Amino acid sequence: MTRSGHATPSHDNAKVMNRFDLTRRLVAKLKKDEAVIGGIGNTNFDLWAAGQRPQNFYMLGSMGLAVPIALGVALAQPMRRVIALEGDGSLLMQLGCLTTVGQLAPKNLSIVVMDNGIYQITGGQATATASVADVVALARGSGIAKAGWAADEAEFERLSDAALADDGPTLIAARIDDKPATATTDRDPIRIRERFMQGLGVR
Amino acid sequence: MTDTKAPSQTQAWHAIVIAALKRNAVRLATYVPDRVLTPLIKGLHADPDFTTFATTREEEAVGILAGAWMGGLRGALLMQTSGFATLPNALASLAVPYQIPLLMFVSERGTLGEFNWGQALVCKTMRPVLDSLAMEHHTITRLDELDFVVDRSIKQAFATQASVAFILSPLLTGGKTFSA
Repeated sequence: MTRSGHATPSHDNAKVMNRFDLTRRLVAKLKKDEAVIGGIGNTNFDLWAAGQRPQNFYMLGSMGLAVPIALGVALAQPMRRVIALEGDGSLLMQLGCLTTVGQLAPKNLSIVVMDNGIYQITGGQATATASVADVVALARGSGIAKAGWAADEAEFERLSDAALADDGPTLIAARIDDKPATATTDRDPIRIRERFMQGLGVR
Repeated sequence: MTDTKAPSQTQAWHAIVIAALKRNAVRLATYVPDRVLTPLIKGLHADPDFTTFATTREEEAVGILAGAWMGGLRGALLMQTSGFATLPNALASLAVPYQIPLLMFVSERGTLGEFNWGQALVCKTMRPVLDSLAMEHHTITRLDELDFVVDRSIKQAFATQASVAFILSPLLTGGKTFSA
């Protein structure tokens, strides 16, 4: 992930960005009916706010399962790109899934982690990524070699382009602020699931 | 090669399960390891018709199977009793409200010769949890009923988009016995 003439992006030198802005930038790049699995809470809400594509799946619970759900879709449909959108707290709840992704190494799976170092939706309690844990190091230590911090918005876009074009698995980590989400999702699980399956061509 | 036709009485329980999965186009097998399930897990790994791998937690497998089914791929989760006990949140917040059918094979620990008090206690939570979610479950004790129960219940699970748990009794599998 190092570019000549630049310091290697790390948690500490990455710019603090905004989740909704980054989510909009990512969604704007999706031209091939890529599937996106939103994690619980704010990642989901901003995914909803960025445009309700039929290929988006919104969880209403099951904290931590965005990456496993995305892995399942990726295994079922190897020709489709699949993206898991997670927060730092959710990822920490199901960290083992990174090792499963590392072992299976699905070429069509990307993980985007929006890291603000807090359990934002429950009152802003600190997560371990605020102090000792580094999402990119955890991914690399789990066998996901193509993992990196986005230094700023331009690099987030560059890493997103690479994730959509190159063989995965990939993980992009972005430091984000503590701004609340801009909307909330529909709350009808069957409608969400049916629309998603239509978007995947299964229905 | 596993026979996918109706089973003969000479087939082992794990061969009957594999044949029933194949007959119903189940092609993904996820598991958290268990001693009693080992012959089934080995058989699935050895069969190129299945994508078979271990997950780090049972919840993780529920997520993978949910995504796979929504993407058009049928799968099953193999685990032991204590693993099922980690699942109520994933079942109640994902599988049930989204009407995603899961096939769960549970190797029953905690009864008929259990030597670990913790296993015996956690076993007591399994059927109340399944019943509280109105989830179909069958405790299978007899080899001659295994194919009928599994085959019919897989068909029902996908037809009704409702999960099913197959509790594999030590009477069927031999279970795990105390070794000093």
